[in-house]
Amino acid sequence: MLDFLKGPLEAIQDFYLLAGRALRNIARKPHYTDDIKIQMDSIGVGSIPIVLLTGFFSGAVMALQMGRALQQYGQTGRTGTVVSIILVRELGPVLTSLMVAGRNASGIASELGSMKVTEQIDAMRALGTDPEQKLVTPRMIATAVMLPCLTVIDDFVGMLGGWLIGKLVYDLDWLQYWSQAWRALDWTDVIQGLLKPFVFSFVVSLIGCFYGLKASGGTQGVGKATTQAMVAASVTILILNLFMGLIFVKYTGN
Amino acid sequence: MRSDKSLLWFDSVKVSFGDVDALDGICFNVREGETRIVMGAAGSGKTVMLKTAMGLNRASAGKVTLLGEDITHKPENDLFAIRSKVGMLFQESALFDSMTIAQNVAYPLLNQQGERMPREKMEEAVRDSLRFVELEHTMLKYPSELSGGMRRRVAIARAVVTKPALLLYDSPTAGLDPITAHTIMALIVKERDVDNTTALVVTHRYQDGNLVANFRYNSSSGRLDPCADAAENTIFMVLKEGRLVFEGKQSELEASKDSYISKFVKRPEKSGI
Ligand SMILES: Nc1ncnc2c1ncn2[C@@H]1O[C@H](COP(=O)(O)OP(=O)(O)O)[C@@H](O)[C@H]1O
Ligand SMILES: [Mg+2]
Repeated sequence: MLDFLKGPLEAIQDFYLLAGRALRNIARKPHYTDDIKIQMDSIGVGSIPIVLLTGFFSGAVMALQMGRALQQYGQTGRTGTVVSIILVRELGPVLTSLMVAGRNASGIASELGSMKVTEQIDAMRALGTDPEQKLVTPRMIATAVMLPCLTVIDDFVGMLGGWLIGKLVYDLDWLQYWSQAWRALDWTDVIQGLLKPFVFSFVVSLIGCFYGLKASGGTQGVGKATTQAMVAASVTILILNLFMGLIFVKYTGN
Repeated sequence: MRSDKSLLWFDSVKVSFGDVDALDGICFNVREGETRIVMGAAGSGKTVMLKTAMGLNRASAGKVTLLGEDITHKPENDLFAIRSKVGMLFQESALFDSMTIAQNVAYPLLNQQGERMPREKMEEAVRDSLRFVELEHTMLKYPSELSGGMRRRVAIARAVVTKPALLLYDSPTAGLDPITAHTIMALIVKERDVDNTTALVVTHRYQDGNLVANFRYNSSSGRLDPCADAAENTIFMVLKEGRLVFEGKQSELEASKDSYISKFVKRPEKSGI
Protein backbone atom coordinates (compact mmCIF):
# COMPACT_ATOMS: atom_id res chain seq x y z
CA MET A 1 0.00 0.00 0.00
CA LEU A 2 2.76 2.39 0.90
CA ASP A 3 4.85 1.24 -2.03
CA PHE A 4 4.88 4.70 -3.58
CA LEU A 5 6.81 5.92 -0.53
CA LYS A 6 9.51 3.29 -0.88
CA GLY A 7 11.44 5.04 -3.66
CA PRO A 8 11.69 8.50 -2.02
CA LEU A 9 12.41 7.03 1.41
CA GLU A 10 15.19 4.87 0.02
CA ALA A 11 16.61 7.90 -1.77
CA ILE A 12 16.57 9.91 1.46
CA GLN A 13 18.27 7.07 3.29
CA ASP A 14 20.92 6.80 0.57
CA PHE A 15 21.45 10.54 0.79
CA TYR A 16 22.05 10.42 4.54
CA LEU A 17 24.43 7.49 4.16
CA LEU A 18 26.39 9.39 1.51
CA ALA A 19 26.50 12.48 3.74
CA GLY A 20 27.70 10.38 6.67
CA ARG A 21 30.49 8.78 4.64
CA ALA A 22 31.52 12.13 3.18
CA LEU A 23 31.84 13.59 6.70
CA ARG A 24 33.70 10.55 8.00
CA ASN A 25 36.11 10.76 5.06
CA ILE A 26 37.35 14.13 6.36
CA ALA A 27 39.20 12.22 9.05
CA ARG A 28 40.37 9.40 6.81
CA LYS A 29 43.40 9.09 4.59
CA PRO A 30 44.22 9.78 1.82
CA HIS A 31 43.44 13.52 1.80
CA TYR A 32 43.06 14.98 -1.66
CA THR A 33 44.13 18.53 -0.82
CA ASP A 34 44.81 19.43 -4.45
CA ASP A 35 41.22 18.59 -5.31
CA ILE A 36 39.98 20.77 -2.44
CA LYS A 37 41.99 23.71 -3.82
CA ILE A 38 40.70 23.16 -7.34
CA GLN A 39 37.13 23.03 -6.08
CA MET A 40 37.57 26.14 -3.92
CA ASP A 41 38.71 27.95 -6.99
CA SER A 42 35.87 26.72 -9.19
CA ILE A 43 33.08 26.98 -6.60
CA GLY A 44 34.31 30.02 -4.67
CA VAL A 45 36.29 32.24 -6.99
CA GLY A 46 34.19 31.19 -9.96
CA SER A 47 31.00 32.34 -8.23
CA ILE A 48 32.23 35.84 -7.36
CA PRO A 49 30.87 37.61 -10.48
CA ILE A 50 27.38 36.21 -10.04
CA VAL A 51 27.45 36.99 -6.31
CA LEU A 52 28.53 40.58 -6.97
CA LEU A 53 25.68 41.05 -9.39
CA THR A 54 22.95 39.52 -7.22
CA GLY A 55 24.22 41.32 -4.12
CA PHE A 56 24.33 44.71 -5.75
CA PHE A 57 20.95 44.56 -7.41
CA SER A 58 19.12 42.95 -4.50
CA GLY A 59 20.49 45.58 -2.10
CA ALA A 60 19.64 48.38 -4.51
CA VAL A 61 16.08 47.29 -5.12
CA MET A 62 15.53 46.75 -1.41
CA ALA A 63 16.71 50.26 -0.59
CA LEU A 64 14.43 51.61 -3.32
CA GLN A 65 11.30 49.98 -1.88
CA MET A 66 12.21 50.39 1.78
CA GLY A 67 13.05 54.04 1.26
CA ARG A 68 9.65 54.67 -0.24
CA ALA A 69 7.80 52.79 2.50
CA LEU A 70 9.77 54.61 5.18
CA GLN A 71 9.11 57.94 3.48
CA GLN A 72 5.46 57.66 4.47
CA TYR A 73 6.50 57.85 8.10
CA GLY A 74 9.18 60.41 7.44
CA GLN A 75 11.85 57.87 8.32
CA THR A 76 13.81 57.60 5.07
CA GLY A 77 16.91 58.04 7.19
CA ARG A 78 16.48 54.56 8.62
CA THR A 79 16.89 52.86 5.23
CA GLY A 80 20.41 51.76 6.20
CA THR A 81 19.14 49.90 9.26
CA VAL A 82 16.49 47.97 7.38
CA VAL A 83 18.67 47.12 4.40
CA SER A 84 21.47 45.84 6.58
CA ILE A 85 19.30 43.68 8.85
CA ILE A 86 17.41 42.05 6.00
CA LEU A 87 20.53 41.50 3.95
CA VAL A 88 22.62 39.97 6.69
CA ARG A 89 19.89 37.86 8.24
CA GLU A 90 17.95 36.66 5.24
CA LEU A 91 18.55 37.88 1.75
CA GLY A 92 22.34 37.57 1.70
CA PRO A 93 22.50 33.93 2.83
CA VAL A 94 19.47 32.80 0.83
CA LEU A 95 20.22 34.57 -2.44
CA THR A 96 23.90 33.64 -2.37
CA SER A 97 23.08 30.03 -1.59
CA LEU A 98 20.41 29.87 -4.28
CA MET A 99 22.79 31.33 -6.83
CA VAL A 100 25.54 28.92 -5.87
CA ALA A 101 23.00 26.08 -5.90
CA GLY A 102 21.97 27.06 -9.42
CA ARG A 103 25.55 27.25 -10.51
CA ASN A 104 27.28 24.51 -8.54
CA ALA A 105 24.74 21.92 -7.38
CA SER A 106 23.88 21.52 -11.05
CA GLY A 107 27.53 21.80 -12.10
CA ILE A 108 28.61 19.12 -9.65
CA ALA A 109 25.71 16.86 -10.65
CA SER A 110 26.49 17.15 -14.34
CA GLU A 111 30.23 16.61 -13.85
CA LEU A 112 29.83 13.57 -11.61
CA GLY A 113 26.90 12.34 -13.69
CA SER A 114 28.99 12.40 -16.87
CA MET A 115 31.73 10.54 -15.05
CA LYS A 116 29.20 7.99 -13.87
CA VAL A 117 27.64 7.24 -17.26
CA THR A 118 31.03 7.06 -19.00
CA GLU A 119 32.26 4.56 -16.38
CA GLN A 120 34.92 6.95 -15.04
CA ILE A 121 33.56 6.40 -11.54
CA ASP A 122 33.98 2.63 -11.96
CA ALA A 123 37.43 3.24 -13.43
CA MET A 124 38.40 5.21 -10.30
CA ARG A 125 37.35 2.31 -8.12
CA ALA A 126 39.19 -0.12 -10.37
CA LEU A 127 42.35 2.00 -10.25
CA GLY A 128 42.59 2.32 -6.50
CA THR A 129 40.57 5.38 -5.44
CA ASP A 130 37.35 5.71 -3.50
CA PRO A 131 35.26 8.09 -5.64
CA GLU A 132 33.49 9.47 -2.58
CA GLN A 133 36.79 10.31 -0.96
CA LYS A 134 38.21 11.81 -4.12
CA LEU A 135 35.12 13.59 -5.49
CA VAL A 136 32.51 14.15 -2.79
CA THR A 137 34.53 15.15 0.29
CA PRO A 138 36.68 17.80 -1.47
CA ARG A 139 33.56 19.39 -2.96
CA MET A 140 31.85 19.37 0.41
CA ILE A 141 34.80 20.99 2.20
CA ALA A 142 35.35 23.56 -0.54
CA THR A 143 31.70 24.63 -0.55
CA ALA A 144 31.54 24.79 3.26
CA VAL A 145 34.51 27.17 3.30
CA MET A 146 33.54 29.29 0.33
CA LEU A 147 29.80 29.80 0.72
CA PRO A 148 30.04 31.83 3.98
CA CYS A 149 32.79 33.95 2.38
CA LEU A 150 30.64 34.56 -0.68
CA THR A 151 27.76 35.54 1.60
CA VAL A 152 29.91 38.18 3.31
CA ILE A 153 30.80 39.59 -0.11
CA ASP A 154 27.15 39.54 -1.11
CA ASP A 155 26.09 41.35 2.09
CA PHE A 156 28.68 44.05 1.62
CA VAL A 157 27.97 44.65 -2.04
CA GLY A 158 24.24 44.69 -1.24
CA MET A 159 24.74 47.46 1.28
CA LEU A 160 26.79 49.30 -1.29
CA GLY A 161 23.95 49.00 -3.81
CA GLY A 162 21.49 50.16 -1.14
CA TRP A 163 23.63 53.16 -0.36
CA LEU A 164 23.92 54.13 -4.02
CA ILE A 165 20.11 54.13 -4.42
CA GLY A 166 19.70 55.92 -1.11
CA LYS A 167 22.07 58.59 -2.32
CA LEU A 168 20.64 58.94 -5.83
CA VAL A 169 16.92 58.63 -5.11
CA TYR A 170 16.46 59.74 -1.50
CA ASP A 171 19.56 61.86 -1.12
CA LEU A 172 20.68 60.07 2.07
CA ASP A 173 23.75 61.15 3.94
CA TRP A 174 26.47 58.52 3.51
CA LEU A 175 27.70 58.69 7.09
CA GLN A 176 24.18 58.25 8.43
CA TYR A 177 23.54 55.29 6.11
CA TRP A 178 26.71 53.41 6.97
CA SER A 179 26.66 54.09 10.68
CA GLN A 180 23.06 52.92 10.89
CA ALA A 181 23.79 49.88 8.78
CA TRP A 182 26.66 49.01 11.10
CA ARG A 183 24.88 49.70 14.39
CA ALA A 184 21.78 47.78 13.34
CA LEU A 185 23.69 44.52 13.47
CA ASP A 186 23.76 42.42 16.58
CA TRP A 187 26.25 39.58 17.01
CA THR A 188 23.33 37.11 16.68
CA ASP A 189 22.67 38.57 13.23
CA VAL A 190 26.23 37.89 12.22
CA ILE A 191 26.09 34.35 13.57
CA GLN A 192 22.80 33.72 11.83
CA GLY A 193 24.17 35.26 8.64
CA LEU A 194 27.18 32.94 8.62
CA LEU A 195 25.64 29.79 10.03
CA LYS A 196 22.97 29.70 7.35
CA PRO A 197 25.34 29.61 4.36
CA PHE A 198 27.51 27.10 6.20
CA VAL A 199 24.54 24.75 6.59
CA PHE A 200 23.30 25.44 3.04
CA SER A 201 26.75 24.62 1.67
CA PHE A 202 26.21 20.96 2.59
CA VAL A 203 22.85 21.04 0.82
CA VAL A 204 24.47 22.40 -2.35
CA SER A 205 27.49 20.07 -2.48
CA LEU A 206 25.94 16.86 -1.20
CA ILE A 207 22.74 17.09 -3.24
CA GLY A 208 24.85 17.83 -6.32
CA CYS A 209 27.07 14.81 -5.66
CA PHE A 210 24.14 12.58 -4.75
CA TYR A 211 22.25 13.16 -8.00
CA GLY A 212 25.46 13.01 -10.02
CA LEU A 213 26.55 9.66 -8.61
CA LYS A 214 23.03 8.28 -9.06
CA ALA A 215 22.85 9.25 -12.75
CA SER A 216 22.21 6.47 -15.23
CA GLY A 217 21.04 6.13 -18.79
CA GLY A 218 23.51 8.12 -20.87
CA THR A 219 23.54 11.84 -21.54
CA GLN A 220 19.80 12.08 -20.98
CA GLY A 221 20.28 10.78 -17.47
CA VAL A 222 22.95 13.41 -16.84
CA GLY A 223 20.58 16.18 -17.92
CA LYS A 224 17.90 14.84 -15.61
CA ALA A 225 20.32 14.59 -12.67
CA THR A 226 21.43 18.17 -13.25
CA THR A 227 17.92 19.60 -13.15
CA GLN A 228 16.88 17.47 -10.20
CA ALA A 229 19.93 18.53 -8.21
CA MET A 230 19.26 22.21 -8.78
CA VAL A 231 15.57 21.99 -7.92
CA ALA A 232 16.11 19.81 -4.87
CA ALA A 233 18.93 22.00 -3.53
CA SER A 234 17.00 25.25 -4.03
CA VAL A 235 13.82 23.98 -2.40
CA THR A 236 15.73 22.47 0.51
CA ILE A 237 17.55 25.76 1.08
CA LEU A 238 14.29 27.72 1.19
CA ILE A 239 12.69 25.28 3.61
CA LEU A 240 15.73 25.12 5.89
CA ASN A 241 15.97 28.89 5.83
CA LEU A 242 12.49 29.26 7.30
CA PHE A 243 13.24 26.73 10.04
CA MET A 244 16.54 28.32 10.93
CA GLY A 245 14.88 31.74 10.93
CA LEU A 246 12.19 30.46 13.31
CA ILE A 247 14.79 29.05 15.67
CA PHE A 248 16.74 32.30 15.72
CA VAL A 249 13.62 34.40 16.27
CA LYS A 250 12.56 32.17 19.15
CA TYR A 251 15.92 32.07 20.91
CA THR A 252 17.26 35.53 20.31
CA GLY A 253 14.05 37.39 21.04
CA ASN A 254 13.99 39.79 18.13
CA MET B 1 52.66 -21.91 -20.10
CA ARG B 2 49.15 -22.70 -18.98
CA SER B 3 49.13 -23.84 -15.40
CA ASP B 4 46.45 -25.16 -13.11
CA LYS B 5 46.54 -22.05 -10.97
CA SER B 6 43.13 -20.44 -10.97
CA LEU B 7 43.07 -16.67 -11.37
CA LEU B 8 39.33 -16.12 -11.48
CA TRP B 9 36.61 -18.46 -10.39
CA PHE B 10 32.87 -17.84 -10.68
CA ASP B 11 30.85 -20.35 -8.67
CA SER B 12 27.11 -20.20 -9.49
CA VAL B 13 27.23 -16.42 -9.53
CA LYS B 14 24.04 -14.44 -9.74
CA VAL B 15 23.91 -10.66 -10.08
CA SER B 16 20.57 -8.87 -9.81
CA PHE B 17 19.50 -5.26 -10.29
CA GLY B 18 16.09 -4.98 -8.71
CA ASP B 19 13.99 -7.61 -10.46
CA VAL B 20 16.40 -8.05 -13.36
CA ASP B 21 18.91 -10.89 -13.17
CA ALA B 22 21.86 -9.63 -15.20
CA LEU B 23 23.77 -12.84 -14.48
CA ASP B 24 22.33 -16.13 -13.32
CA GLY B 25 24.14 -19.30 -12.28
CA ILE B 26 27.43 -18.45 -13.97
CA CYS B 27 30.20 -21.00 -13.37
CA PHE B 28 33.65 -20.93 -14.91
CA ASN B 29 37.25 -21.04 -13.87
CA VAL B 30 40.01 -19.06 -15.57
CA ARG B 31 43.45 -20.62 -15.27
CA GLU B 32 46.74 -18.84 -15.61
CA GLY B 33 47.82 -18.44 -19.24
CA GLU B 34 44.35 -18.68 -20.73
CA THR B 35 42.70 -16.10 -22.91
CA ARG B 36 38.93 -16.20 -22.80
CA ILE B 37 36.82 -14.73 -25.56
CA VAL B 38 33.41 -13.71 -24.21
CA MET B 39 30.62 -13.30 -26.74
CA GLY B 40 26.94 -12.60 -26.41
CA ALA B 41 24.16 -10.32 -27.61
CA ALA B 42 23.89 -6.75 -26.29
CA GLY B 43 22.51 -6.82 -22.77
CA SER B 44 23.47 -10.46 -22.20
CA GLY B 45 25.59 -9.53 -19.18
CA LYS B 46 29.15 -9.32 -20.53
CA THR B 47 29.97 -6.00 -18.89
CA VAL B 48 28.33 -7.01 -15.63
CA MET B 49 30.42 -10.19 -15.64
CA LEU B 50 33.70 -8.31 -15.95
CA LYS B 51 32.69 -5.77 -13.31
CA THR B 52 31.65 -8.53 -10.95
CA ALA B 53 35.05 -10.15 -11.41
CA MET B 54 36.62 -7.00 -9.93
CA GLY B 55 34.01 -6.46 -7.25
CA LEU B 56 32.65 -3.36 -8.98
CA ASN B 57 29.28 -5.14 -9.05
CA ARG B 58 28.37 -7.49 -6.23
CA ALA B 59 27.10 -11.03 -6.58
CA SER B 60 23.71 -11.54 -4.95
CA ALA B 61 24.36 -15.29 -4.80
CA GLY B 62 27.28 -17.59 -5.46
CA LYS B 63 30.96 -16.94 -4.95
CA VAL B 64 33.63 -14.97 -6.81
CA THR B 65 37.26 -15.89 -6.18
CA LEU B 66 39.84 -13.52 -7.67
CA LEU B 67 43.54 -14.41 -7.54
CA GLY B 68 42.82 -16.94 -4.82
CA GLU B 69 40.85 -14.55 -2.60
CA ASP B 70 37.12 -14.77 -2.01
CA ILE B 71 35.92 -11.26 -2.88
CA THR B 72 32.18 -11.91 -2.78
CA HIS B 73 31.54 -10.07 0.48
CA LYS B 74 34.79 -8.17 0.94
CA PRO B 75 34.25 -4.54 1.98
CA GLU B 76 35.09 -2.01 -0.72
CA ASN B 77 38.14 -0.73 1.12
CA ASP B 78 39.72 -4.17 1.31
CA LEU B 79 39.25 -4.69 -2.42
CA PHE B 80 41.68 -2.00 -3.56
CA ALA B 81 44.75 -4.14 -2.87
CA ILE B 82 43.55 -7.03 -5.00
CA ARG B 83 42.13 -4.78 -7.73
CA SER B 84 45.61 -3.36 -8.21
CA LYS B 85 46.68 -6.75 -9.59
CA VAL B 86 44.00 -6.71 -12.27
CA GLY B 87 43.81 -4.40 -15.28
CA MET B 88 40.53 -3.41 -16.85
CA LEU B 89 39.69 -1.73 -20.11
CA PHE B 90 36.23 -0.18 -19.93
CA GLN B 91 33.80 -0.24 -22.83
CA GLU B 92 33.99 3.50 -23.56
CA SER B 93 37.64 3.72 -22.43
CA ALA B 94 36.66 5.71 -19.29
CA LEU B 95 39.70 7.96 -19.48
CA PHE B 96 39.57 10.89 -17.05
CA ASP B 97 38.60 13.94 -19.11
CA SER B 98 40.24 16.41 -16.77
CA MET B 99 43.68 14.79 -16.96
CA THR B 100 46.32 14.58 -19.66
CA ILE B 101 47.14 11.26 -21.29
CA ALA B 102 50.29 10.91 -19.18
CA GLN B 103 48.33 11.66 -15.98
CA ASN B 104 45.70 9.12 -16.98
CA VAL B 105 48.28 6.39 -17.47
CA ALA B 106 50.07 7.37 -14.25
CA TYR B 107 46.82 7.33 -12.26
CA PRO B 108 46.98 3.70 -11.09
CA LEU B 109 50.66 4.07 -10.17
CA LEU B 110 49.90 7.16 -8.10
CA ASN B 111 46.74 5.96 -6.45
CA GLN B 112 47.03 2.25 -5.89
CA GLN B 113 48.01 1.12 -2.45
CA GLY B 114 51.32 -0.45 -1.72
CA GLU B 115 54.74 1.02 -2.07
CA ARG B 116 54.98 4.15 -4.19
CA MET B 117 57.40 4.05 -7.13
CA PRO B 118 60.10 6.70 -7.25
CA ARG B 119 59.27 9.51 -9.63
CA GLU B 120 61.74 8.63 -12.40
CA LYS B 121 60.63 5.01 -12.40
CA MET B 122 57.03 6.08 -12.66
CA GLU B 123 57.73 8.35 -15.61
CA GLU B 124 59.59 5.52 -17.28
CA ALA B 125 56.71 3.10 -16.70
CA VAL B 126 54.22 5.57 -18.17
CA ARG B 127 56.45 6.16 -21.17
CA ASP B 128 57.00 2.41 -21.71
CA SER B 129 53.32 1.74 -21.48
CA LEU B 130 52.45 4.46 -23.99
CA ARG B 131 55.23 3.26 -26.28
CA PHE B 132 53.67 -0.21 -26.13
CA VAL B 133 50.49 1.20 -27.67
CA GLU B 134 52.53 3.49 -29.95
CA LEU B 135 51.14 6.71 -28.53
CA GLU B 136 54.20 8.13 -26.81
CA HIS B 137 53.75 11.44 -28.62
CA THR B 138 50.34 12.12 -27.06
CA MET B 139 51.54 12.35 -23.43
CA LEU B 140 50.56 15.99 -22.94
CA LYS B 141 47.27 15.88 -24.84
CA TYR B 142 43.83 15.51 -23.30
CA PRO B 143 41.52 12.57 -24.08
CA SER B 144 39.11 14.81 -25.99
CA GLU B 145 41.88 15.56 -28.50
CA LEU B 146 42.26 11.89 -29.49
CA SER B 147 40.21 9.67 -31.78
CA GLY B 148 38.12 6.80 -30.38
CA GLY B 149 40.72 4.23 -31.40
CA MET B 150 43.53 6.20 -29.81
CA ARG B 151 41.55 6.55 -26.58
CA ARG B 152 41.13 2.78 -26.48
CA ARG B 153 44.87 2.38 -26.89
CA VAL B 154 45.54 4.85 -24.07
CA ALA B 155 43.09 2.92 -21.91
CA ILE B 156 45.01 -0.27 -22.70
CA ALA B 157 48.23 1.51 -21.68
CA ARG B 158 46.59 2.54 -18.41
CA ALA B 159 45.36 -1.02 -17.81
CA VAL B 160 48.77 -2.64 -18.39
CA VAL B 161 51.01 -0.02 -16.74
CA THR B 162 50.93 -1.85 -13.40
CA LYS B 163 51.82 -5.19 -15.08
CA PRO B 164 48.68 -6.92 -13.84
CA ALA B 165 48.40 -10.70 -13.74
CA LEU B 166 44.89 -10.65 -15.17
CA LEU B 167 43.41 -8.33 -17.80
CA LEU B 168 39.74 -7.71 -18.48
CA TYR B 169 38.94 -6.10 -21.82
CA ASP B 170 35.35 -4.88 -22.21
CA SER B 171 34.45 -4.69 -25.90
CA PRO B 172 37.81 -3.30 -27.02
CA THR B 173 36.77 -3.29 -30.69
CA ALA B 174 33.16 -2.12 -30.38
CA GLY B 175 32.34 0.89 -32.53
CA LEU B 176 35.68 0.94 -34.34
CA ASP B 177 36.40 0.60 -38.04
CA PRO B 178 37.88 -2.80 -39.07
CA ILE B 179 41.43 -1.48 -39.43
CA THR B 180 41.52 0.22 -36.03
CA ALA B 181 39.80 -2.80 -34.47
CA HIS B 182 42.53 -5.02 -35.90
CA THR B 183 45.19 -2.73 -34.43
CA ILE B 184 43.60 -3.01 -31.00
CA MET B 185 43.33 -6.80 -31.21
CA ALA B 186 46.95 -7.01 -32.34
CA LEU B 187 47.90 -5.07 -29.18
CA ILE B 188 45.93 -7.51 -27.05
CA VAL B 189 47.73 -10.48 -28.64
CA LYS B 190 51.03 -8.66 -28.21
CA GLU B 191 50.32 -8.03 -24.54
CA ARG B 192 49.48 -11.70 -24.08
CA ASP B 193 52.68 -12.89 -25.72
CA VAL B 194 55.08 -10.27 -24.33
CA ASP B 195 53.94 -10.26 -20.71
CA ASN B 196 52.25 -13.69 -20.55
CA THR B 197 49.07 -12.25 -19.14
CA THR B 198 45.82 -14.04 -18.67
CA ALA B 199 42.84 -12.21 -20.13
CA LEU B 200 39.11 -12.06 -20.67
CA VAL B 201 38.20 -10.33 -23.91
CA VAL B 202 34.61 -9.33 -24.57
CA THR B 203 33.81 -8.97 -28.26
CA HIS B 204 31.00 -9.43 -30.72
CA ARG B 205 33.34 -9.93 -33.67
CA TYR B 206 34.24 -13.54 -34.34
CA GLN B 207 37.42 -12.54 -36.15
CA ASP B 208 38.74 -11.06 -32.89
CA GLY B 209 38.53 -14.46 -31.22
CA ASN B 210 39.94 -16.09 -34.30
CA LEU B 211 42.95 -13.77 -34.22
CA VAL B 212 43.63 -14.54 -30.56
CA ALA B 213 43.27 -18.29 -31.13
CA ASN B 214 45.43 -18.59 -34.25
CA PHE B 215 48.11 -15.93 -34.16
CA ARG B 216 51.14 -15.14 -32.10
CA TYR B 217 53.14 -11.95 -31.74
CA ASN B 218 56.59 -12.20 -33.29
CA SER B 219 58.84 -9.91 -31.29
CA SER B 220 61.58 -9.74 -33.91
CA SER B 221 59.37 -8.74 -36.83
CA GLY B 222 56.79 -6.93 -34.68
CA ARG B 223 53.99 -8.68 -36.59
CA LEU B 224 51.47 -11.41 -35.95
CA ASP B 225 52.37 -14.84 -37.30
CA PRO B 226 49.95 -17.75 -37.69
CA CYS B 227 50.39 -20.23 -34.87
CA ALA B 228 48.29 -23.27 -34.07
CA ASP B 229 49.33 -23.55 -30.38
CA ALA B 230 47.44 -20.49 -29.24
CA ALA B 231 44.10 -22.24 -29.83
CA GLU B 232 44.92 -24.58 -26.96
CA ASN B 233 44.81 -21.72 -24.47
CA THR B 234 41.97 -19.77 -26.07
CA ILE B 235 38.58 -20.57 -24.67
CA PHE B 236 35.33 -19.18 -26.03
CA MET B 237 32.37 -18.37 -23.82
CA VAL B 238 28.91 -17.37 -25.04
CA LEU B 239 26.41 -15.59 -22.82
CA LYS B 240 22.70 -15.48 -23.44
CA GLU B 241 20.40 -13.43 -21.23
CA GLY B 242 22.68 -13.73 -18.22
CA ARG B 243 23.41 -17.44 -18.64
CA LEU B 244 26.53 -19.14 -19.88
CA VAL B 245 25.38 -21.24 -22.84
CA PHE B 246 28.75 -22.25 -24.28
CA GLU B 247 32.29 -22.75 -23.01
CA GLY B 248 34.96 -24.46 -25.11
CA LYS B 249 37.61 -24.33 -27.81
CA GLN B 250 37.18 -22.68 -31.19
CA SER B 251 36.71 -26.03 -32.93
CA GLU B 252 33.87 -26.90 -30.55
CA LEU B 253 32.29 -23.50 -31.07
CA GLU B 254 32.37 -23.93 -34.82
CA ALA B 255 30.84 -27.37 -34.50
CA SER B 256 27.92 -26.13 -32.40
CA LYS B 257 24.48 -26.67 -33.91
CA ASP B 258 22.73 -24.27 -31.53
CA SER B 259 21.24 -21.43 -33.56
CA TYR B 260 22.10 -18.70 -31.00
CA ILE B 261 25.69 -19.87 -30.61
CA SER B 262 26.36 -20.42 -34.29
CA LYS B 263 25.25 -16.85 -35.00
CA PHE B 264 28.50 -15.72 -33.43
CA VAL B 265 30.59 -17.91 -35.70
CA LYS B 266 31.78 -16.60 -39.00
CA ARG B 267 34.07 -18.79 -41.07
CA PRO B 268 37.53 -17.28 -40.75
CA GLU B 269 38.13 -17.47 -44.51
CA LYS B 270 35.23 -15.09 -45.02
CA SER B 271 36.15 -12.66 -42.29
CA GLY B 272 39.18 -11.60 -44.26
CA ILE B 273 41.84 -10.92 -41.68
N1 LIG C 1 23.78 -0.61 -12.89
C1 LIG C 1 22.75 -1.29 -13.45
N2 LIG C 1 21.50 -1.11 -13.00
C2 LIG C 1 20.48 -1.79 -13.53
N3 LIG C 1 20.59 -2.67 -14.52
C3 LIG C 1 21.79 -2.92 -15.04
C4 LIG C 1 22.95 -2.23 -14.52
N4 LIG C 1 24.04 -2.67 -15.21
C5 LIG C 1 23.57 -3.56 -16.10
N5 LIG C 1 22.25 -3.73 -16.01
C6 LIG C 1 21.42 -4.65 -16.80
O1 LIG C 1 22.08 -5.87 -16.86
C7 LIG C 1 21.94 -6.46 -18.15
C8 LIG C 1 23.29 -6.80 -18.73
O2 LIG C 1 23.98 -5.61 -19.03
P1 LIG C 1 25.44 -5.58 -19.64
O3 LIG C 1 26.32 -6.49 -18.87
O4 LIG C 1 25.84 -4.15 -19.68
O5 LIG C 1 25.26 -6.12 -21.11
P2 LIG C 1 26.35 -6.31 -22.25
O6 LIG C 1 26.42 -7.77 -22.48
O7 LIG C 1 25.80 -5.59 -23.44
O8 LIG C 1 27.62 -5.71 -21.75
C9 LIG C 1 21.15 -5.48 -18.98
O9 LIG C 1 19.82 -5.91 -19.00
C10 LIG C 1 21.27 -4.19 -18.24
O10 LIG C 1 20.14 -3.40 -18.42
MG1 LIG D 1 28.66 -4.08 -22.35
